[in-house]
Amino acid sequence: MVKELLVILIGSSLVSNVVLSQFLGLCPFLGVSKKTKTASGMGVAVIFVITLASIVAGVIYKYILEPFDITYLQTIVFILVIAALVQFVEMFLKKYIPSLYESLGVYLPLITTNCAVLGVALTNVQKNYGILEGVVNGFATAVGFTIAIVILAGIREKMVYNDIPESFKGMPIVLVTAGLMAIAFCGFSGLL
Amino acid sequence: MNDVKERLINGLIKENPTFVLMLGMCPTLAVTTSAINGLGMGLTTMVVLALSNAFISLLRNIIPDKVRIPAFIVVIASFVTMVELLLEGFIPSLYDALGIYIPLIVVNCIILGRAEAYASKNKVIASLFDGIGMGLGFSFALTCIGAVRELIGAGTLFGFAVMPDSYVPSTIFIMAPGAFFVLAVLTAIQNKVKIAGEKRGKDMSKIQSGCGSDCLNCNDTVCTKRIYDEKEEGKANG
Repeated sequence: MVKELLVILIGSSLVSNVVLSQFLGLCPFLGVSKKTKTASGMGVAVIFVITLASIVAGVIYKYILEPFDITYLQTIVFILVIAALVQFVEMFLKKYIPSLYESLGVYLPLITTNCAVLGVALTNVQKNYGILEGVVNGFATAVGFTIAIVILAGIREKMVYNDIPESFKGMPIVLVTAGLMAIAFCGFSGLL
Repeated sequence: MNDVKERLINGLIKENPTFVLMLGMCPTLAVTTSAINGLGMGLTTMVVLALSNAFISLLRNIIPDKVRIPAFIVVIASFVTMVELLLEGFIPSLYDALGIYIPLIVVNCIILGRAEAYASKNKVIASLFDGIGMGLGFSFALTCIGAVRELIGAGTLFGFAVMPDSYVPSTIFIMAPGAFFVLAVLTAIQNKVKIAGEKRGKDMSKIQSGCGSDCLNCNDTVCTKRIYDEKEEGKANG
């Protein structure tokens, strides 16, 4: 059991990295990676939301959708639950844990319907993960996202001082960087 | 009739979702490993886009303004589910090839973007053709990207070998890194066109480089949630 979970942990965070090999959550990956500080803030918020969302989605799937035999509604249910969940978390944090809200609040609405969140919920169903495995998978995916976005932000901070051809300034050079990172992450495929 | 034609051309060329607006990047990168997959994804998205646009346009006077986004999402998700089930039943090969990216059409910002920017304000027929136009533009773009990647990465086009036997395919182009490189070149060309256009004094504000933040919060034709820079600056100042 522990071994299986470890395989999921490494597999989802490094080997099939959520942004660099599955292209989910690309928008925040490209949009919020200008500074390492904001990138890590976004990363933590994503870890928080995805882990929570995979718990909730897992429970709903197992105890509501499956017993009533309405699993074909999963896409609709998951997207609504995730959107509602993030709203709720935001309100909860604002009211009860203001310090955490201060640091995560900015990012929460931005990941409401990030495709990575829905992607994880659907992958968990597709791969027949139980709730515990699903949560580990969600957590690992989000950690993978954080690793990727923080590395990219670090590179972008240095890249400001580089001389880049005019048409490659901005998004193109970031995509080239992401591509090179994706090659590097290909190296992890030997791990499992 | 003019309206219909104008909408189709608008989606295909003027506001091409991929080449001009740069929306819906996740599927653009993920499923364009071959031209046929790109075309399949594009057409699937087009069906959802056209149907949801028409349906949302029908309901535009009934849906209260405050809950319109969740309402749109439910409509879109329903159509996506229908299309997914149909694909699973009738074109299983495409269903397997696209996998998880079919349900993820729900979070493709082109669809919610069009619902918000066009369908919720215009008549049914115009909205339907707006969806078809946008969908065709998206299919065209995905097929092009898929064709380039397939040609370089496997030496084939739509599954037929077109390169001479001596050509050694650079497989990296059909793997994940290749997607980033192709898109990088695409955005670079876009930048070039934009810079050249601005020098000649044309309005190039429509050309966007990549969705700024959330995949779904791209209201309007551009991502209104592009707020990181402002917020970062605000934080630095405060």
